[in-house]
Amino acid sequence: MIELRNVHKSFGPKDVLRGVDLSVGKGRSMVIIGGSGTGKSVTLKCILGLVTPDQGSITVDGAPVASVRSAKARETFLARFGMLFQGGALFDSLPVWQNVAFRLLRGQLKRPKAEARDIAIEKLRRVGLGAETADLFPAELSGGMQKRVGLARAIAAEPEIIFFDEPTTGLDPIMAGVINELIREIVVEMGATAVTITHDMTSVRAIADDVAMLHAGKIRWTGPVAEMDAASDPYLTQFITGSAEGPIETLR
Amino acid sequence: MATLLHPLALIGRNTLALLAAIGRVAMFLGATISHMVRPPFYLKELWQAILNVGYFSLPVVGLTAIFTGGALALQIYSGGSRFNAEAVVPQIVAIGMVRELGPVLVGLMIAARVTSSVAAEIATMKVTEQIDALVTLSTHPMKYLTVPRVLAALITVPALVAVGDVIGVMGGFLVATERLGFNPAAYLQNTWNFLETLDIVSSLVKGAAFGFIAALMGCYYGMNSGRGAQGVGRATKLSVVAAAVLILAANFLLTQAFFSV
Ligand SMILES: Nc1ncnc2c1ncn2[C@@H]1O[C@H](COP(=O)(O)OP(=O)(O)OP(=O)(O)O)[C@@H](O)[C@H]1O
Ligand SMILES: [Mg+2]
Repeated sequence: MIELRNVHKSFGPKDVLRGVDLSVGKGRSMVIIGGSGTGKSVTLKCILGLVTPDQGSITVDGAPVASVRSAKARETFLARFGMLFQGGALFDSLPVWQNVAFRLLRGQLKRPKAEARDIAIEKLRRVGLGAETADLFPAELSGGMQKRVGLARAIAAEPEIIFFDEPTTGLDPIMAGVINELIREIVVEMGATAVTITHDMTSVRAIADDVAMLHAGKIRWTGPVAEMDAASDPYLTQFITGSAEGPIETLR
Repeated sequence: MATLLHPLALIGRNTLALLAAIGRVAMFLGATISHMVRPPFYLKELWQAILNVGYFSLPVVGLTAIFTGGALALQIYSGGSRFNAEAVVPQIVAIGMVRELGPVLVGLMIAARVTSSVAAEIATMKVTEQIDALVTLSTHPMKYLTVPRVLAALITVPALVAVGDVIGVMGGFLVATERLGFNPAAYLQNTWNFLETLDIVSSLVKGAAFGFIAALMGCYYGMNSGRGAQGVGRATKLSVVAAAVLILAANFLLTQAFFSV
């Protein structure tokens, strides 16, 4: 269970988050939508402690994230999470399989190299990449392949809570379908809690239990995906239909 | 405009900024040392850094030292001949190389070669969110990136300085024996007899200090890089400038500490 209460964050003069309230239930799949630059990625980074909010509280299973300070506690805390970064953020000095198995090669979850490699190859297969990619370097992959390696890395240690920042951006429609299904599977079969950021309404419908829309630094609308289409919020409606006409300014 | 009209305010502001920067570097230094002594240790990364910092710097160190040693011999010979002191070439080359030029030139070469690449690499990792990714994978960036590089420099730069000293003296030897008519055996004998333990110890201590500074500055500016390609460029430039200035300043202080009477 992840709870954000009145979270604020500014970068210099720019107020990005201005009081975000959001709860993600255990084992649920939450999708965050919202215009480009509204702070969706920043919100995920706040939960992980990569960005410190200026104000407000964030708790995971009731424990405030800000209180996780010692190195040991942070490692235990972060071991519960997996994160796919918007840009992939693969380590370009390591081959693909070592990227995927990064967590399995060191620290608390360390295991024998051969076993870690087998797991890496299995995870790569799940995101539609063959074993031959395992020994390539990230720079040798296409953008969409890098994204999928990032995805494989996020799920490699089978974390309880997984964040996907635009998992299908840059993928062809078929591969996007495969990834949507994979995320759904992870939530349903492994019982993981997922928070996904996406701009793709097909993905929203395929992945989400719940949807939240971020606009102007606040959660504008949140609710079950089934209620999304019937909702009367003009901002949400404009976003879902992708219309240029409506309350959301197109110049930003 | 206001800053032009208020020179005192300008001086005050710059002084504060400088103090703040010194404070940040000091905190970074403290964090580096505290992570250096606490597990986990990443030995594979350390070994990689030792190769990068030490082994692959050998060619540039060798070339720099041999030319400098040679030039030094020529200068001392021509300068010394003005008061009939040409014979001191072996002694002065040895002192000049071992005490000053060896460590300083190696330090500056490491600043050019290692500081810049460390800063650019870490800064790129920062702007492409690889540092954030490390954190989410429960790996502390200071332990995984900074500590191996700083330790590697601390270990290998003194060795590089030793190599530079020897090659520099050999550069002087070659020029002196081939061009200036010195007797090879006597040249080496003079060099060896003249050098004291303190000369060599100071050379190696300087090497360790300069290596530490060079790697630390690369890591510090890389970790604190701004966003985008411009951020990386700026971090790289600042890291090399800071490393070079600090190395020269540290050289003065160490020379003073070792040799002032
Ligand atoms: N480290 C940072 N320093 C300064 N500004 C930042 C930083 N991180 C994010 N921002 C700013 O915060 C705002 C929100 O960024 P964020 O990446 O969260 O947007 P987003 O909603 O994920 O957009 P997109 O859909 O385009 O990915 C942007 O205006 C961005 O410039
Ligand atoms: Mg984003």
